Amino acid sequence: MSQAKAFDEMSGLDGEIRAPYAEIARWLRDTPRELLYRKRQEAEMLFRRIGITFAVYGEGGDPERLIPFDLIPRIIARSEWEVLAGGLRQRVRALNLFLADIYAKQEILRAVKVPADLILGNELLRPEMKDFVPPGGIYTHICGIDVVRTGPEDFYVLEDNCRTPSGVSYMLENREAMLRLFPRLCARHRLAPISRYPEELLTTLKAAAPASCKGEPTVVILTPGPYNSAYYEHCFLADEMGVEVVEGADLFVQEKVVYMRTTAGPKRVDVIYRRIDDEYLDPEAFLPDSMLGVPGLMAAYRAGNVALANAPGCGIADDKAIYPYVPDMIRFYLNEEPLIGNVPTHLCEREEDRKYVLANLDKLVVKLTKGSGGYGMMVGPHATAEMREEFRKRIIANPGNYIAQPTLALSTVPTVAEQGVAPRHVDLRPFVLTSGEEIRIVPGGLTRVALREGSLVVNSSQGGGTKDTWVLDDALVEAVTAELGMGQAQANGRG
Amino acid sequence: MLSRTAECLFWLARYAERAANVARGLSVAYRMDGIVGQAGGEAEEWRALLTASGGEAGFHRKYETVTPDAVVHWLVHDTDNPSGILACFEAARHNARTVRTALTVDMWESLNDSWNHLRTLPPEATEGEKLPDFLSWVRSRVMLFNGAAADTMLRQEAWRFVHLGTMLERADNTARLCDVRHHQLSPAADGASEYVHWQAALRSVSALRAYHWVYRERLDPKRIVDLMILRPELPRSLVACYGEVLETLEGIAVGQGGRRGECHRLAGEIHARLRYGRLDAIFEQGLHDFLTEMIGLTARLGSEIESFYIRG
Repeated sequence: MSQAKAFDEMSGLDGEIRAPYAEIARWLRDTPRELLYRKRQEAEMLFRRIGITFAVYGEGGDPERLIPFDLIPRIIARSEWEVLAGGLRQRVRALNLFLADIYAKQEILRAVKVPADLILGNELLRPEMKDFVPPGGIYTHICGIDVVRTGPEDFYVLEDNCRTPSGVSYMLENREAMLRLFPRLCARHRLAPISRYPEELLTTLKAAAPASCKGEPTVVILTPGPYNSAYYEHCFLADEMGVEVVEGADLFVQEKVVYMRTTAGPKRVDVIYRRIDDEYLDPEAFLPDSMLGVPGLMAAYRAGNVALANAPGCGIADDKAIYPYVPDMIRFYLNEEPLIGNVPTHLCEREEDRKYVLANLDKLVVKLTKGSGGYGMMVGPHATAEMREEFRKRIIANPGNYIAQPTLALSTVPTVAEQGVAPRHVDLRPFVLTSGEEIRIVPGGLTRVALREGSLVVNSSQGGGTKDTWVLDDALVEAVTAELGMGQAQANGRG
Repeated sequence: MLSRTAECLFWLARYAERAANVARGLSVAYRMDGIVGQAGGEAEEWRALLTASGGEAGFHRKYETVTPDAVVHWLVHDTDNPSGILACFEAARHNARTVRTALTVDMWESLNDSWNHLRTLPPEATEGEKLPDFLSWVRSRVMLFNGAAADTMLRQEAWRFVHLGTMLERADNTARLCDVRHHQLSPAADGASEYVHWQAALRSVSALRAYHWVYRERLDPKRIVDLMILRPELPRSLVACYGEVLETLEGIAVGQGGRRGECHRLAGEIHARLRYGRLDAIFEQGLHDFLTEMIGLTARLGSEIESFYIRG
């Protein structure tokens, strides 16, 4: 599979321009490269100025880095999007049902659709959540599903992110940047608008309020603080929703009720969109030396006095070792066939799989089951013999920690490279919001692009960049004009 | 408003104001260097500046002698000095980043641009004759920030904590600058030899022209003290700053339905002393004594504000 030529989203496999990209192809043909490079500099200045950076402390170098932004948008036709969105809704519904089941009756284990030892011995299973139903029965309110494409009709889910997925601020800021840098190009397309995401998020969070909350719920975002890599995003979302962004020390619990410290005294908090990991949420329930959390938070949560989004314990649904079973979850809970498939995955823990993996290390991508951010992974065809040997040893020592997948020929999109415009591999992270029966997805998501030639690793921590993602909307002719107007209003008056 | 947000806004404004005040002080010292330098009194001026900045002890731990270069380095570049210009911008920007959502875009961008410029600033950029340009750049950046705050912030609590920080820092600065020249400003001072110091005192609070407009008389130490401490027309006088402090604290209290504490009482007391105090009484007490007391009261008010609104 690694030898296969990648599907290019603009020129397909045969070099013929695909319909959604017709206008982009024309624009690329008519735009001098110098102009693109100049616009790229302009974009960088824009991002620096607004302060859209991700913080990398403790690695040396600039502690506040820019994620490279590529000017050429990634386009998805409305018809393609509808299929994708249907698959995402289905998948997230199943993931929420799975979580509700795992923390209650565990019917899926009794039906032996998922091996019990994979769940029960898993450190991501939170005993604190056992037999507790979160408000509305929803566990993962904000879910980021990583999708890859290998052909015109071929989409696969690469990874589920059910805990605290980030990146949505880049989705929104990339659109703002495109509207500022290339207003006419945007206007010539009918872009499905995405700017209502913060509103949808706030609606989702308010709907998650516990039954004990009377009146308008007070929502806050809980951040680990300015040293966290996604701090910009936490502030951005708070700003867009008009809610406070708080650190652990700003909150306290009294008689199982959560308050924030304000200049006018304590104020009750009803919903916490937490962007800190489970282990750090509450030193009384999890890591006792956590300085980031709020003592007593879990007790308040279990007493039904506050909602947490996402619920603790969601990691059990997006563990890479559980991932191969998601299609079975869809069948088990929904009685439906999966609309988007998984990438075939080998669990090194299974002897048969392990044998195959060890014999084919030069063809496979090996990942840590608990890893993320592109750390602890090896792309077999691009790895040196020493690296492969190293991974062989690691897999044999701890087979349960590793999975392997075929090296997919991820689709490519034209990208501004050092030597002109060239195809680069991409993936897509749409954001799925769940409240009660309703699931909201703004059309698009964050497109991540591997900027190095041939590279398949799109993570920002590994030199990846981002692109604006356009879902072309035939039905909403006025949308782009509306969004243009809005983009300017934000540029002038945010704050 | 979140207590931590109030704290960050308050300190953000204090650090920005402090950076500009240090720049003002350095400009005056640089100028004095040109005037009295030849007479051999140069170190005196730089030493006075160190005292006013409150970092004398820290300076002597790192540098052996007070030379213009050492003082400039300490007050501009040295991040061991929490009141150095770079350190102030770093701290202001860190506070701003922490509470971005409470700032307007214009405030954030003015600070962030300054910080982006400063962090790539080569040390040569403040050497020798380049120093005055750099210092006026610092002052203009802080004025831009203050202007952005005044022009774009909603007149709600966030604005009041910013304004409170600016005014309290400014009051402290004026008291300190006046104090380091209390000898030259005492009524017994000899006009001929102290004239340049009088000018310097006024320049350090950007008030030389203002003096002429208010008094239309030649420079006189009593009037200078009157202007710097008791005249409400001068925006950097102690009484003017405390007028703003009091009004701002009242605004916060009214916004919260009348909730008040010790900080409100203390601010009222300090303001009343300045508003209704007599110049002669200050000299009877002793200028240095009076100013030391004011500096102490300002510090106490700062901690009362924190204990009521931030740690309360």
